[in-house]
Amino acid sequence: MSTPLERDLIRQSAATLAEAIAEGEVSAREVTQAHLDRIAEVDDRVHAFLHVDGQGALATADAVDASRAAGELLGPLAGVPLALKDILAMKDVPTTCGSRILEGWRPPYDATVVERLRAAGIPILGKTNMDEFAMGSSTEHSAFGPTHNPWDLDRIPGGSGGGSAAAIASFEAPLAIGTDTGGSIRQPAAVTGTVGVKPTYGGVSRYGLVALASSLDQAGPCTRTVMDAALLHSVIGGHDPRDSTSIPDPMPDVVAAAARADVRGMRIGLVRELTGEGYQAGVEQRFREAVEILEHLGAEVVEVSCPHFDYALGAYYLILPSECSSNLARFDGMRYGLRVGDEGDRSVEEVMSLTREAGFGPEVKRRIMLGTYALSSGYYDAYYGQAQKVRTLIQRDFDAAFAQCDVLVSPTAPTTAFRIGEKVDDPLAMYLNDVATIPVNMAGNCAMSLPVGLAPEDGLPVGLQVMAPPMADDRLYLVGGALEGALRDRWGHLLIEEVPSL
Amino acid sequence: MSAPIPYADAVAEFEPVIGMEVHVELGTESKIFCGCPTAFGAPPNAQVCPVCLGLPGSMPVMNAMAIESTIRIGLALNCSIAQWCRMARKNYFYPDMPKDYQVSQYDEPLCVDGYLDVMVPTDDGPMVVRVGIERVHLEEDTGKLTHAGGATGRIHGADYSLVDYNRAGIPLVEIVTKPVIGTGALAPEVARAYVTELRDIMRGLGVSDVKMEEGSLRCDANVSLNLPGAERGTRSETKNVNSLRSVERAVRSEIERQAGVLKSGGRVVQETRHFHEDTGVTTPGRSKEHAEDYRYFPEPDLVPIAPDPEWVEELRSSLPEQPSVHRARLAEAWGIGDFEMATLVNAGVLELVEASVAAGVAPDAARKWWAGEFTRIANESGVEPASLAVAPADIARVEELIASGALNDKLARQVFEGVIAGEGTPDEVVAARGLAVVSDDGALLAAIDEALAAQPDVAEKIRGGKVQAAGAIVGAVMKATRGQADAAKVRELLLERLGVIDN
Amino acid sequence: MSAITRAEVAHLARLARLDLAEDELDHYAEQLDVILTSVARVSEVAADDIPPTSHPVPLVNVTRPDEARPSLARADALAAAPAVEDERFRVPRILEEQE
Repeated sequence: MSTPLERDLIRQSAATLAEAIAEGEVSAREVTQAHLDRIAEVDDRVHAFLHVDGQGALATADAVDASRAAGELLGPLAGVPLALKDILAMKDVPTTCGSRILEGWRPPYDATVVERLRAAGIPILGKTNMDEFAMGSSTEHSAFGPTHNPWDLDRIPGGSGGGSAAAIASFEAPLAIGTDTGGSIRQPAAVTGTVGVKPTYGGVSRYGLVALASSLDQAGPCTRTVMDAALLHSVIGGHDPRDSTSIPDPMPDVVAAAARADVRGMRIGLVRELTGEGYQAGVEQRFREAVEILEHLGAEVVEVSCPHFDYALGAYYLILPSECSSNLARFDGMRYGLRVGDEGDRSVEEVMSLTREAGFGPEVKRRIMLGTYALSSGYYDAYYGQAQKVRTLIQRDFDAAFAQCDVLVSPTAPTTAFRIGEKVDDPLAMYLNDVATIPVNMAGNCAMSLPVGLAPEDGLPVGLQVMAPPMADDRLYLVGGALEGALRDRWGHLLIEEVPSL
Repeated sequence: MSAPIPYADAVAEFEPVIGMEVHVELGTESKIFCGCPTAFGAPPNAQVCPVCLGLPGSMPVMNAMAIESTIRIGLALNCSIAQWCRMARKNYFYPDMPKDYQVSQYDEPLCVDGYLDVMVPTDDGPMVVRVGIERVHLEEDTGKLTHAGGATGRIHGADYSLVDYNRAGIPLVEIVTKPVIGTGALAPEVARAYVTELRDIMRGLGVSDVKMEEGSLRCDANVSLNLPGAERGTRSETKNVNSLRSVERAVRSEIERQAGVLKSGGRVVQETRHFHEDTGVTTPGRSKEHAEDYRYFPEPDLVPIAPDPEWVEELRSSLPEQPSVHRARLAEAWGIGDFEMATLVNAGVLELVEASVAAGVAPDAARKWWAGEFTRIANESGVEPASLAVAPADIARVEELIASGALNDKLARQVFEGVIAGEGTPDEVVAARGLAVVSDDGALLAAIDEALAAQPDVAEKIRGGKVQAAGAIVGAVMKATRGQADAAKVRELLLERLGVIDN
Repeated sequence: MSAITRAEVAHLARLARLDLAEDELDHYAEQLDVILTSVARVSEVAADDIPPTSHPVPLVNVTRPDEARPSLARADALAAAPAVEDERFRVPRILEEQE
């Protein structure tokens, strides 16, 4: 390619960059360096990154260049740089999970996702900001300051994976990895005008993913295009013997589906419970317009009802705190991380309590106590036990809906990006951001958010959520690819191109 | 404060109820959730990884052999095997627990509702007690704490502690009995017999080396007392019971203590107590300010366990011979009855006898030495017979020497004393201590003449036909030769000397 | 009527090893109360004969063979420890003996 590519390396899709590197038109080092330069230029305002590993990323890029020079076959994303949510263990690189309690911790091992990224020749630029231990919908609960939405720096980028989404939206990286427990990939994607996918539970290894809620967590791709997400999904997905909950069957061919991008003959269900009251007018509007496009593309749209979705939020905010209260118990100052108060003759009980009080932020403490309560004897049946039953009912609602439809759709989030500070003191208001994304985590199936327009009232991005049955991740890409293509044709560009320049 | 009352009085008035909780460390190659080695005695923290250290992001993967061993143990204990069950998290904070929760089983154990028959010898013959098994489940072990800065190395008074996580994640099988009632005064023996039998079963299955001194077999004893016909009493739980002997002593001591409390009008406190080897009594553990709430819930990082029924049947049919069947076979081969067999089992010497017979010792001789002399020596030294430094080969050698007349019974005891004390092999001890039987007739005759000269009236009696009186002379000669004469030979020579015929 | 009292919050904080300050106890009690009231509506769902779902993916019997693998180098295991002595993790004195 010509000079425009070299100038605008950071504005290319991952697929384009991969091809250019493979063809020798540009070196992997140039591509990585261009993104490191971009980070240096804008991250003081975006604050997407907690740690930048320039040296490590360039070393990987150089290795890719050497491979290419030696005539070796490169992987489909070799040399394309990536931002990694700081909840994944990366050997010898600071991994904080957005928390003071892990400040400075360098894991002695790589997560499986990281191993696969390294094996694919993907340079990892650094670790991105997040709500502490993935608890939040705005990245305001990071112990290291919030991330700012590139569309409006006074607004939240979504959460908990606001850093990864903002890195993508500000062109600091063409690829990012996020994690999604109740919407933490999808909701940031929606409010930043980018693409985010939560794979089927068990589709991507959780080994090395610091656990929030073990039965809900899943790592997934964050990108600017549906094809880029498919390419990244293929790299990280698949069975891992180190994760007992990892699906043994082969992954569906998501790249082929993204290429086909065809919805003709598909039945698309609109979930009645996931629209209407509580949803911002402009969000609803763009959502309905996008659904119309899908109909024009040849899909049949029907309305379905999933009545137990109304209870999903309540059940989620019982299951998640319960599991996380247990998962976070290990942060006690004994083996790694922060230790506070170990002077004089304080007991271990005191030192543990002082450490956790100092190391955890308020949202984490809230959820730990909620979970401790929900699991305690006398309350287990009414709270945690009952929530597990609601979970079964949500799965049944999905099963019934998928008997009638191939995919379901909804707005990803009820509102566009709100202002930093607007909801941070009102936990319940914050929790409501996840109302449309939570049911998918509860059932364990898969979903994607892709941008479908800017809300007229505020000019901020709106996302549409596509949901598919477990193991049918390819359907997300069929629908997402088709819709993205149609919108690009209509606008002449991807929505993200309209983001204000920084 | 009340004082314990004598055992006989305690069991005369109260009925003991006992319950045993036994933990067996499985002898798998790798830990329960990771591939770290399990070898005993490695340098601290040299056998750990992200999984067993509970590092953020780590995940468990179940060891197939741990499941198999747990099921085989359950089958050997006549349990029903669950068709579907899950692991659960037991949540509490403690520095030896890397995750501050222990992965165990809660309301869905792998094996339930079994039994084990144990035999204890009584004055009226052997008594068989059927100990009900409540459950057998699988869990992970914790790290090991050592306490520094205090005087005793125990937790009280320590300035700080040190943790070695090598042991964290080793698979443990927990076996819990139903309350055992109706044992009366034999409660301590029943407890000991139960643990002994369990240990033998584990050895037979090959699932653990069950060494109490190394911690691969751990026992907690629960004891309560009630008046006959009354409701069950409050129970205490005693830990740090590190040998079979301690099991018996701990139960006995708790019965005496609790009886003393109840007699003086007090109430038994539900508490955890610690057994002391040196004093033979239990002391209370530090009482907890608040009751613990473990907040059990199913382990989300592990999937359910659903053992294939056909596989379970295969495991059942390939179980090794039950120890009780094995013992019956030995009893028949050795020509002994249930009572004698129970005595051997109770003394903890059955395997030692078996090993000695395998080394060529006659069963009667092996039994005599192990159940008699060696048990006595072991008890006096406060150790288990198995830890005495005498091997089956030693016994075989001594028996050879006795048969050839080189040693008599009294000398043999002295030889064994020397072998156990580490002085060497039987031949070396004989030589070093000069313990050979005096076989030189000349020396014997000289001693006989001396004795006769010293007791002329006895000599007269013998000459007069009172052959029984010869015993006094023989005794004197034995004394003079420090027991190194063959008494029968002395008697023979004496009568010959005096020209008296022995009828 | 509140779902959770200040005393209960103090108890939860102790169970969870969180050394909350006095004013924090009130603050969290208020917030937890609101949240609990909201999530309590899960009990409105009649679910007596519904089986609970603890694992979204229907796998069973995932195991690994009993084979030893190399452990972490000891230096790596201890590298992040706040305090080390004699190749062990040094921890403050333990008051409550655990069963």
